Amino acid sequence: MSFINYSAREISCKIVYYGPGLCGKTTNLHYIYNKVNPDSKGKMISLATKTERTLFFDFLPLALGSIKGFKVRFHLYTVPGQIFYDASRKLILRGIDGVIFVADSQVERTEANIESLENLSKNLKEQGYELENLPYIIQYNKRDLPNVVPLDEMERILNPRKVPSYEAVAPKGTGVFETLKEVAKMVILELKKRS
Amino acid sequence: MINQGLVLYDEDYKLIDTELVRLNQLANAKVSFLVDKDGQLIASVGETANIDTTSLASLTAGNIAATGGMAKLLGEKEFSLLFHEGVKDNIHISLVGQRAILVIIFDNRSSLGLVRLRAKKSVIVLSDILANLIKKMETSSHTKEGATFFTEITEDDIENLFS
Repeated sequence: MSFINYSAREISCKIVYYGPGLCGKTTNLHYIYNKVNPDSKGKMISLATKTERTLFFDFLPLALGSIKGFKVRFHLYTVPGQIFYDASRKLILRGIDGVIFVADSQVERTEANIESLENLSKNLKEQGYELENLPYIIQYNKRDLPNVVPLDEMERILNPRKVPSYEAVAPKGTGVFETLKEVAKMVILELKKRS
Repeated sequence: MINQGLVLYDEDYKLIDTELVRLNQLANAKVSFLVDKDGQLIASVGETANIDTTSLASLTAGNIAATGGMAKLLGEKEFSLLFHEGVKDNIHISLVGQRAILVIIFDNRSSLGLVRLRAKKSVIVLSDILANLIKKMETSSHTKEGATFFTEITEDDIENLFS
């Protein structure tokens, strides 16, 4: 969960990108890493296999600036999307402040999206969280591909609660910062509510 | 309690920092730091200039979490100590209560025996400090400036972070 350090006047929050394998979670982080001012980011850590599939997690620390004298840090994590890495996924969810579910818009990945979303809900419960109570948004990625599910259909399948959602093309950056900004806003406003 | 974020007050930070400085000296270590189990760096002392402590904190937490997962599979509650041996530098990692991890980086100016002994003693001191901190978190609210921060923060402030 968030870490409020009055001594260093810093607030740190943990945001996790969740979703099925190859949906573009790591690509989101790469885009952010490449676009953010060098002074505002730390090293991006990727614990990946030789074929660049995420093995444990990716980690990108961001310090975008200060609010009312407090430096606000966001620690972005991705989980491994492949089904058999479930034990690792559970570990990454510990201490989560907000979650972005990255859905793969391609028709053939519809089932994988549904499974992954159910897996997110189940794994959060195991860690003592309810998805309904967390800052949570959906990103519909790969909207530039030809065989995508129409947006309203994706909303119907994956977003019955009508949480904020964004269309994205992560390698080009479309929707990437919009998604991050929205969840960051929700996380900080949640902290405000809890205080 | 597990799902409540850590709040570190100035006086507690000073206590932790003092203990880490003492440990770092007595253990002849290069760097000593304390990390929240969620991967947030609480405090660090020593030769930190050339070390990416933020990333180390995150990886340490991941390491402890993975080791904890292995422990459960074997029917153990946890593995309270990890040691990584390198050519020049070594890392000694130990659990501090339920919330934190103590990390000591040392080279051939020290020894595993000495580090282990000093870490054991410091874990007791740091556990007490953290236990008091958590008790304080349960009973008191934010400091005055913290309360001001949270009440005055607006959506525009957050928006400006991304501009």
